[in-house]
Amino acid sequence: MNDRKVGLLIAEIITALLFILFLFPFFIVLINSAKSAFEVTQFPMAWPKNWGNIWTNIVKIWTSEAIAYPSSLLSSFIITALSLVLINLLAAQAGWVLVRTKSRLSAGIFFMFVASMVIPFQIVMFPLLSWFRTVSSFIGIPLLRTYQGIILSYIGFGISLSIFMFHGFIKGIPLELEEAATIDGCRKSQTFYQIVFPILTPIHATVMVLNGIWIWNDYLLPLLVLGKGNAVQTIPLAVSNFAGAFVKQWDLILTAILLAMVPIIIFFLFAQKYIVKGMVAGSIK
Amino acid sequence: MNKKRENSLIFWLFLAPVLFAFFMVMIIPFFMGAFYSFTNWTSSARADSTLKFVGLENYIESFKDPAFGYSFGITIIYTVVNMVVINFVAFAFALLVTSQLRYKNIYRVGFFVPNLIGGLILGYVWQFIFNNAIPSLGKALPLLNILASPANLILSKNTTAILALVIVGTWQYAGYIMMIYIAAIENVPVELHEAAKIDGATPFIRLTKITIPMAAQAFTVTMFLTLVNSFKQFDVNVSLTSGGPSVMYLGKPILGTELLALNIYDTAFVSNNLAMGQARAVVFFFVLAIISLVQVSVNKKKEIEL
Repeated sequence: MNDRKVGLLIAEIITALLFILFLFPFFIVLINSAKSAFEVTQFPMAWPKNWGNIWTNIVKIWTSEAIAYPSSLLSSFIITALSLVLINLLAAQAGWVLVRTKSRLSAGIFFMFVASMVIPFQIVMFPLLSWFRTVSSFIGIPLLRTYQGIILSYIGFGISLSIFMFHGFIKGIPLELEEAATIDGCRKSQTFYQIVFPILTPIHATVMVLNGIWIWNDYLLPLLVLGKGNAVQTIPLAVSNFAGAFVKQWDLILTAILLAMVPIIIFFLFAQKYIVKGMVAGSIK
Repeated sequence: MNKKRENSLIFWLFLAPVLFAFFMVMIIPFFMGAFYSFTNWTSSARADSTLKFVGLENYIESFKDPAFGYSFGITIIYTVVNMVVINFVAFAFALLVTSQLRYKNIYRVGFFVPNLIGGLILGYVWQFIFNNAIPSLGKALPLLNILASPANLILSKNTTAILALVIVGTWQYAGYIMMIYIAAIENVPVELHEAAKIDGATPFIRLTKITIPMAAQAFTVTMFLTLVNSFKQFDVNVSLTSGGPSVMYLGKPILGTELLALNIYDTAFVSNNLAMGQARAVVFFFVLAIISLVQVSVNKKKEIEL
């Protein structure tokens, strides 16, 4: 019995050390955000002399035109929120009609979405740009460097996995429920919005978490569709633009990184349970 | 309105938006890309005026380019090492935090958190650690003096810089893979372990004969995820090393840590050769599809054996 306790204590110590080691990079970011340019390069591992510096640095980043942090934060919010709402609504609709319509066409469309999940972004990214340019000049609505362009892209790239997940969930909902609604005089669209849609809450959460973390952190798609340094910027774009322009000014770069990390960590602390559950569920499906 | 017509109307109404988005960003660009890889597509602005069919030239030239071959090689090495290290670390973590540790829930969160931050931002953090924080430790502690010399910077040699990519990749991804293992380990019926204990099985035997075989399905998933994500690595590559440092390979100076995704991007935008970048992306797609198919079928077979 004693042996076991000793073993457990050793395991506890090892895990705690690993835990500290794992979080150490975050700690480095935090202490160095509170240093002057000289301090950062001379003593990167030291405790900051004056924590008041962190506020000075944050103000510098917040007001810097080179990073445009407030407007990037807003753009990231708009892009992520609108994409999530649209993906969830459209994928739920599509998943539902694909489950409830038993035909070869319906099965074929579903298969097409599933099969497309093996296509890596790299193979479509260059033609996507030239296609967007062509379409924009043809219909007169700009798709490059705009909200509508990037949101349309996220819907297109995120829809397959999302439909797949809704499809799997809706298959498990008994049909009787919808039949009863039809007998009571519900139109087909009413049945969906009033009966089916509310039942989908758990899968909505999963799909939102999966897509949300991807869209918020994505770098390559915004880099291509929005471009660096234009009016609409996401946080990762702004940080990379800033780091490129202020090479080696680590006091400011690390503060920018700190500010980039804060929103998602706050969000995580509030929605921890859903995030972990959603990400695991998404992987296993 | 009769029922059939209503059904088919709703069917198309509900599918139209997703089909539109899907065709706009996936299907049409996919076929355009396959076509462009056989042309002299250079700059999209004058694509229509001078577009010429060049057959397999982009593919042949790509394979003649030492930078592409090298990039292919290190991507495979990176992918294999990354898969092994991430899964090993993640499984060890999962075992630790499913035991009776006091603060296991806090540990789980801590190991998972790096996964929430994008690879681009993580890469900058680690660039600072490798280039500034670690050398400063070398200056402060005589014992670690070797770390202080600029010649010994981890990111200054291509071999250690690839290792650095693995370290960051593991740090970012292990916590996520750990969560999948935790779900699998917690799904193993307690009775199995109790019965084995009564029969005198040691913890190690229970691990190899019960936990690992019961988690076989999770291994298929985690191997697939780590394989695909490592092979497609781009963000960390950009911000941590930008492909550098330069090395000589087959008599040509090339970037020493440029993984395939970055090589494709650079070919198109730095070397200004869109068509060749596109051809490389097509090769990338086929290789990824083949190796992930092989991986899944091998793992599925293993699942049955276990």
